[in-house]
Amino acid sequence: MPSRQSAHLPRRRLLLRGLLLGTCLLSLAAAWAPQARAAETPREEITRVLIHGEFADKIAVIDAMVAQGGAPDLAMLKALLGGELHARKGQDQLVYLEKAGKGYTLRDAFTGEPAGQVTSKRRVDKIRINNQIRSRLRDGIAELGLFSQDPEARLAAARALVTSGRAGIEAKFERALADETDTAVRAALQMGLATLAIKNPDSAVRLTAIKRLGGSDAPEVRAVLVGLLAPAEGATLDAETREAAKAALGRIDGRRQLFTIISNVFFGLSLGSVLFIAAVGLAITFGVMGVINMAHGEMIMLGAYTTFVVQQLLPNLLGWSLFIALPAAFLVSGLVGIIIERTVIRVLYGRPLETLLATFGLSLMIQQGVRLIFTPLNRAVSNPAWMSGALEINPVLSFTYNRLYIIVFSGLVMAGLLLLLRYTSFGLQVRAVTQNRSMASAMGIRTDWVDALTFGLGSGIAGIAGVALSQLTNVGPNLGQDYIVDSFMVVVFGGVGNLWGTLLGATMLGVMNKFLEPFSGAVLAKILVLVFIILFIQRRPRGLIALRGRAAEA
Amino acid sequence: MGKQRLPTIMLLRRRPLLVFLGALGSFALGVVVLNAAFPPGTALHVPIYVVTLVGKFLCYALLAVAVDLVWGFGGILSLGHGAFFALGGYAMGMHLMREIGARGVYGNPLLPDFMVFLNWKELPWYWYGFDNFAFTMLMVLVAPGLLAFLFGWFAFRSRVSGVYLSIITQAMTYALMLAFFLNNLGFGGNNGMTDFKDVLGFSLQADGTRNGLFLLSALALGGGVALSRWLVRSKYGRILLAVRDAESRTRFLGYPVQRYKLFVFVVSALLAGVAGALYVPQVGIINPSEFSPINSIETVIWVAVGGRGTLFGAVLGAIVVNLTKTYFTTAAPQAWLFVLGTLFVVTTIFLPRGLIGGWHQLRPWLVRLRALGGSGVPVVRSVTGESHD
Repeated sequence: MPSRQSAHLPRRRLLLRGLLLGTCLLSLAAAWAPQARAAETPREEITRVLIHGEFADKIAVIDAMVAQGGAPDLAMLKALLGGELHARKGQDQLVYLEKAGKGYTLRDAFTGEPAGQVTSKRRVDKIRINNQIRSRLRDGIAELGLFSQDPEARLAAARALVTSGRAGIEAKFERALADETDTAVRAALQMGLATLAIKNPDSAVRLTAIKRLGGSDAPEVRAVLVGLLAPAEGATLDAETREAAKAALGRIDGRRQLFTIISNVFFGLSLGSVLFIAAVGLAITFGVMGVINMAHGEMIMLGAYTTFVVQQLLPNLLGWSLFIALPAAFLVSGLVGIIIERTVIRVLYGRPLETLLATFGLSLMIQQGVRLIFTPLNRAVSNPAWMSGALEINPVLSFTYNRLYIIVFSGLVMAGLLLLLRYTSFGLQVRAVTQNRSMASAMGIRTDWVDALTFGLGSGIAGIAGVALSQLTNVGPNLGQDYIVDSFMVVVFGGVGNLWGTLLGATMLGVMNKFLEPFSGAVLAKILVLVFIILFIQRRPRGLIALRGRAAEA
Repeated sequence: MGKQRLPTIMLLRRRPLLVFLGALGSFALGVVVLNAAFPPGTALHVPIYVVTLVGKFLCYALLAVAVDLVWGFGGILSLGHGAFFALGGYAMGMHLMREIGARGVYGNPLLPDFMVFLNWKELPWYWYGFDNFAFTMLMVLVAPGLLAFLFGWFAFRSRVSGVYLSIITQAMTYALMLAFFLNNLGFGGNNGMTDFKDVLGFSLQADGTRNGLFLLSALALGGGVALSRWLVRSKYGRILLAVRDAESRTRFLGYPVQRYKLFVFVVSALLAGVAGALYVPQVGIINPSEFSPINSIETVIWVAVGGRGTLFGAVLGAIVVNLTKTYFTTAAPQAWLFVLGTLFVVTTIFLPRGLIGGWHQLRPWLVRLRALGGSGVPVVRSVTGESHD
């Protein structure tokens, strides 16, 4: 461990020029033990040169400070760059100014301790710098950042330094790399070294560097390679380097294409999950009862409004509001669904087209009711903190959390429904009624109860979908209408009476939509998908996964 | 037994079409005379806006007849008939746009205003010919007819029926709505077409033109009803009913079921297109919201309220519901959707055969009472549109 050794360097004052020679070891020390180094800072020297010295000497002293790299030094360099470092008139003391009433309070730049007060800025002198010093300061601050405690800062510094083009950066990168443990920073440092090495006169070094660049996804790296291949420089570029650069660029672009596909698939999956979750309730009721519930969209809307009400009632539990809203929405929508089934749908049994019209009438009434209670305006449903943000895989590829969660959530809903239908007696009865209603009835299953509960279940799931959708779209009285056509498409496309069909259908439609969008625009993509479904239904009138045998004829 | 009854009742039972046409004709002429013969302010004067409003209702009634033809007689519940109506309307709208000529806001003799606004340089090819009235009339029929033919040909050939068909018709009109909202399609985007000036040289603002359009609407409605009635009472119509009530059985008997369905679907689309074409000059605007699925479903409820499977019922339903709508949207706009929703529910549950059907349902009862007291005669099975084989 070189840093430990540097802590035992002889504790005598070095001349400034000597310090410059020791830059390498000292900066490592700064990264590891800034506290131990603090005692060695030749404060008087720094103070003297900054106040009285020539610009050239100031640069030297700045280099020295960069080499030492303590936190106070960094702060002082930043202050110097920002023109906030002052000297008391007639005294060799560097101070920061703080406005206090009419005058200013002074603080010592090294210790941070109070150093008296002045009534006016005229009592202090600003430390003067020129553009050369400014540019050196910027690089120096970035260099210090390379050895910061904070990995984020190190990463930012590494990226910034690559473009600075200063001599000697390579050495700094090598040193930083030696002690770096964070993988992201290591990668950035290596890429930085490779970027710096593409101009290396040694062609072997150059080629290795270019090859290595081909493994990076950072947009800057791509820009460097594109710059290398640009015609102006291409004239002097030898064939070997050019080929290597082309190959590296090809690799990068190939990966970028892959990432675009992955992210399209991800967006498609999340859209598919939204479609699935909106449609699965409909699939259940349609599958079991052969009934198209046009008020299904309004069940979704009721779920979304339940989320809104929960958040209004319990403003302190915002982080938990969704977990409270889920069962609440299930109950609200499920109850409304059961009421609808008992009062309207049961009466119209065996007349699916009339049921469609009656439930459409109900949907209009529910919408108008919500409009009267909650106003026609969109209501603001807030997202808990854990919903926002994104999972960043690399600079090109990132997944937003709300979309990730909806994929996971729809997976859970699917799994829950499958378990419910497969392993409970209720599920058994539902499946029996789906497959052969009259036989199930003859076997003693109370089909009217199964109908009511199934309708409640389907509606309740729609309510849950509403909770999920409240996190993604506007919550207004028309929320349901926006999803009802899509839900129908999913159910019809996927095939009736089969949850897997719904899942497959929703996912396929979602992914298809997202892959069409870049070429055709969002609206045209939707139109194309609708046309596709209409044509598909002609080929397979019973959807992707159709029930076979007698059940299909019922 | 009919000799003791009043002649009108007898006529109504024996020749209902004649009665209907007579009533419609005298009503239409009456409205026009009351508008034109009495000066404004007198008690008997019918304001011109009422004439246009009633004309609009007559167009709706023709659309309802079209829906009734496929739903009531073919068992095809189309939730996308608004698309045919809108296509006919758009064809008419394109002609009216061309007829504006250089009088538009931008004064371009060739391009409609919205194209100038969108920086279009030349007329898209599909706008050619719409300056010609005869060509436009042809297109009013061809556009919806062709769409219905293509859609129906695919759908009926692969035996898509029942709720599946309803849903894909809904998808069809929804897709068209999204498409017509696009600005670069060349149909005016979400603003649609408006600011029409005149048709065949007659100003659309003039009372005479409006009365004329109103009379034309009445004529179209009468013609549509007569045509539909002739169709459903012909041999073809009998087989169509068989298809509606027992599709598979009819197919097994050797009838090409899909051709029967396709034919009625196309005829119905043509009627809807004509209704749309008459509607547009009267309301003065056509925009993509005419394609919205809710419009099509509303049309279905007019038919349901009036009584499906009875052409006069469709007319009655369209007018009754739209009168109610006009009343509520001015008197209590918040309540209208509740009323409409209740209409949907109440009609389907308590009046499955609508207003006219309710009256007709009394007849078998009377027959049964007069006969054996009601044991042997089965009531006509309720119309479901589903095949029971």
